[in-house]
Amino acid sequence: MNLGYYPGCALHGSSDDYQQSLKACFGALDVSLKELDDWICCGATAAHTLNHKLSIALPARNLALAAQQGCEELVAPCSMCSLQLKKAQKAISGDALLAAEMSRIVEAKPDGARVLNLIEALERVGLETIKTAVKAPLKDLKVACYYGCLLTRPPKVAEFDDCEQPESMERIVAALGATPVAWNYKTECCGAGMTMADEDTVLELSQKILADAAAHGAQSVVVACPMCHVNLDMKQSAIEARYGTKFGMTIYYLCDLVGLALGLAPKTLGINRHFAGRIA
Amino acid sequence: MEFCVDNFMSATMQSDSISLLESLAQTKFADCYQCGKCTAGCPRSAHMDKTPNQIVRMVQLGEVDAALKTDAIWQCVSCETCTARCPKNVDCAAVIDALRQVSYERGMTSKQQAAVVLFQKAFLDSVRRNGRVNEVEMIAQYKLEGFAAMRRLGFLFEGAMLAPRLQMHHKLHLIGEKVRNRDLVRRIFARCMDGKE
Amino acid sequence: MSRIGVFVCWCGENIARTVDVDRVVEEVAKLPGVRCAVNYKYMCSDPGQTMIREKIASEKLDGVVVASCSPHMHLKTFRKAAQTAGLNPYLLEVANIREQCSWVHSDRDEATEKAIELIRMAVAKVKNNHALQPIKVPVTRRAMVVGGGVAGIQAALDIADAGYEVVMVEREPSIGGKMAGLSETFPTLDCSQCILTPRMVDVGQHPRIKLYTYSEVEAVDGFVGNFEVTIRQKARYVDITKCTGCGECSKACPLKKNKSEFDFGMGSRSAIYMPFPQAVPARPVIDKNVCAMLTRGKCGVCAKKCAAGAINYKDEDKLVKEKVGAVVLATGYKLYSIGKQDGKIAGYGEYGYGMYKDVIDSLQFERLLSASGPTNGEVKRPSDGKTPKNVVFISCVGSRDNAKGLTYCSKICCMYTAKHTMLYKHKVHDGQAHVFYMDIRSAGKNYDEFVRRAIEQDGAKYYRGRVSKITEQNGKLIVRGADTLAGTPVTVEADLVVLAAAMRPADGVTELAQKLNVGCDQFGFLMESHPKLRPVETNTAGVYICGAAQAPKDIPESVAQASAAASKVQITLSAAELTREPEIARINEKTCAACFRCFEACPYHAIEKAEVRNRKGELVKRTARVNAGLCMGCGTCVSICPSKNADIEGFTEQETYAMIESLI
Repeated sequence: MNLGYYPGCALHGSSDDYQQSLKACFGALDVSLKELDDWICCGATAAHTLNHKLSIALPARNLALAAQQGCEELVAPCSMCSLQLKKAQKAISGDALLAAEMSRIVEAKPDGARVLNLIEALERVGLETIKTAVKAPLKDLKVACYYGCLLTRPPKVAEFDDCEQPESMERIVAALGATPVAWNYKTECCGAGMTMADEDTVLELSQKILADAAAHGAQSVVVACPMCHVNLDMKQSAIEARYGTKFGMTIYYLCDLVGLALGLAPKTLGINRHFAGRIA
Repeated sequence: MEFCVDNFMSATMQSDSISLLESLAQTKFADCYQCGKCTAGCPRSAHMDKTPNQIVRMVQLGEVDAALKTDAIWQCVSCETCTARCPKNVDCAAVIDALRQVSYERGMTSKQQAAVVLFQKAFLDSVRRNGRVNEVEMIAQYKLEGFAAMRRLGFLFEGAMLAPRLQMHHKLHLIGEKVRNRDLVRRIFARCMDGKE
Repeated sequence: MSRIGVFVCWCGENIARTVDVDRVVEEVAKLPGVRCAVNYKYMCSDPGQTMIREKIASEKLDGVVVASCSPHMHLKTFRKAAQTAGLNPYLLEVANIREQCSWVHSDRDEATEKAIELIRMAVAKVKNNHALQPIKVPVTRRAMVVGGGVAGIQAALDIADAGYEVVMVEREPSIGGKMAGLSETFPTLDCSQCILTPRMVDVGQHPRIKLYTYSEVEAVDGFVGNFEVTIRQKARYVDITKCTGCGECSKACPLKKNKSEFDFGMGSRSAIYMPFPQAVPARPVIDKNVCAMLTRGKCGVCAKKCAAGAINYKDEDKLVKEKVGAVVLATGYKLYSIGKQDGKIAGYGEYGYGMYKDVIDSLQFERLLSASGPTNGEVKRPSDGKTPKNVVFISCVGSRDNAKGLTYCSKICCMYTAKHTMLYKHKVHDGQAHVFYMDIRSAGKNYDEFVRRAIEQDGAKYYRGRVSKITEQNGKLIVRGADTLAGTPVTVEADLVVLAAAMRPADGVTELAQKLNVGCDQFGFLMESHPKLRPVETNTAGVYICGAAQAPKDIPESVAQASAAASKVQITLSAAELTREPEIARINEKTCAACFRCFEACPYHAIEKAEVRNRKGELVKRTARVNAGLCMGCGTCVSICPSKNADIEGFTEQETYAMIESLI
């Protein structure tokens, strides 16, 4: 299987452990990820906060590249990127004037590729396919599936799973032999991009997530977004210091778990580069 | 304090601003019936100077300036919970975005929220230069501009303790990536932000 | 040569302000066949009508055109006036120069020209009109009431007390509806069953009410005054004529853990069960889906215990036919199911209903409050049976919510929520009720005072804002809401959450409505004929609606509507014959080709396939034939008939073409 791949800035920056995990995992599933050539930043929070046109134009440029490079399905493992791409697509397809303006601004037609977040990409590979490929079931792993905000919201844009009680990640995790716990903070915000500018907010919100996961018996948390990972993993020691609680929770990327179940070594998946918790 | 519509903008300017906000947010302010579900689900509402439903209410009443100057719009973490749950399909998150965009453009951003505004600015500037965010370059700009605005020495060093750990895990990339077609990126920015071309 | 009289109304200023009525009269007087043309300020008034009558007599008119407001307003008035003067009423036409002219145009010259043309068309039509006689249809002077809730009970009693026989069909094993399950009713806090059960007993014992319980309407044939309804009596497996209602069977039944429908899942019942102690009829029914004998052929304990030998495992559904002249639909409501439903109506995943045991809906809470309920009237948490000290009530669940799909206000929830807080407080003195609301709708008699009592005397805390999410933590329900008046989010740790779910039409109502050719609105509520002036009639003659089936409403309104529907029924049944307007379809049976396209197309199933036989009884030809009782004069057959044999009396092709030609 061939899928287009839009890394986004985080996966080429301080979250490149996510990219390492993704490539190893999809490689083991015999899926080839072709990186979009000369892709640019999707704009993330900064664009939609400061300039409306830019927040559509930057994703539109990437959609145009996808069209030019014959890419029909584009995996965007960062949930912010996947949402921004989907948002731009929706806005353009519903408004001919906007489509014309965007074509002018990005100097090409931003035709649609089908944008897939990480979970959608794994579903595209197929739950049954993954299940049959499992070599080392993740028994004894109790994990809290954390969706964060942008995988399922806003529902009319993301068009993915149920935004109140999503189950798509749980289905994959269960197929890997692990036990997804029932908990209350599946879709509560971790503080998003406020990590540097408003650390207090991130610590407060992320602490609630870790505390609830622990209270419901989870030993670790699994995510599908690099921002969530930063806030729950890199900031975990700051959370522990601020609130006086020890969590020691490993924060896995979903492809980490898939890779482990497929028999890949933790180091291959970059799990040793996480900050918090034990290796596996 | 009485809400007197004349105190703020003239009637024409108000309705112009409201139309602008509605077209940016693609949502009608009149649809909101002030049920408060947005405020109820907002993870930041307890800390905001004006809650989400109050922000929408202010615009409904024409108090656009006051809304543009709040801390609340910058405290918003864009979690989209308000939009997802609104019973009247008002895109509340888009309203906050629209207010942020107009506030930034008109130089009316809250002083207390300077750090947040400057962070987003540094992010966009880095993208404008390189086509992708160069983290170290972005943080450097953020810290310098933030210090200039807030005059707090501590600001320069906050979060610095993370650097050694990042380095240890090979996550600190001193030299960022540059896309090849940077000229197009600059033209896109110019067309969207500076109104040129 | 025709002798037409034209009467132009000013309608005060409504017409005369825009249309030059003097000029109109001047012009139309010149039309060939017009004998006289006059105008007057208020044609519909007594003097106006007198004018018409006098002119008919003095000018020997054989046709009249009244140029005035819409025929919906006064066509009948004017036709009656004509009839009094000896002119066949169907030789009078109305030209609508108000709604179709003066009210929609502003240019005086253009409006006046248009008025003249409208009258010219009407005159051309009237010249071609035939005198018509009203149609008489025999009436079966019995009524049917579908639904045995408080509305159905009231309607049935009113009709039966007026002297007519009533057939009542109720889907559940007992009548009583939702009201039988309520604890106390607002604003009097009367015990619901105490005020309802006497009526239920009256229905059960009334000499003129024939009660079919555990039955449904299978099919409906016929038309106003002449309905034939097929009723399916579902198998009870208990012979209610032999059964004494002793209750030994339920006591003996080993399968006791079935969710009780009457308790909305809050309590249990056996496989053979009496719906509730005051049931009418007070006879049990066997749940064929769980009974061991009926599903696996084992057990049979109830039959052994039954001293009267009333158990019959071989019972089967029976189809029974009843002839009635009018039908009242009082099918009541169900609550919005809060979880996802039928793909079109989204659920509230954020409230955890169905996930958390202690999140229940309002009818379930009623059963907890009810003295005859599963907890004997003590308020207990479904999860652990403890007494809740903090109960959160959430209004507008499902209603007033465009995003979830039900935009309407459910009307009764503000009132019953206030009632719930009061009843809760009366039972749990140290308990605290919290209500999250958007508005308080308390518009009835003593209603607003009732809500204020809940707040001011019984200490209920009201927060103005919706709830965003409910999660469960350490046995408590964390309710995250807001108070927009104080401008702050509000979080309450509750022991129990009660969701005031929207009233929706009962299941199966759309199918039932189709059987009777009654319309439903986009939410499934039965459609009234006119929202202001005909709230209990439908667009199908002889079928009436009342109660929550038509729209959310409380008990006093349901009872009032039921009596209203009953009075309409009595009008329909008041004479042995019904008079119907003759403006219905007519088929030329001599030349009809019997292709029966009209038969296929008729939305009222008013066309019959008939045979024409000669004196010897030999078949001469087949023909389509209009059933004068059913036909509503819609004209579909006219447009579809390929041989032009169908026509509408009073709107014939000849009349219509005359109108068109008069304009050319």
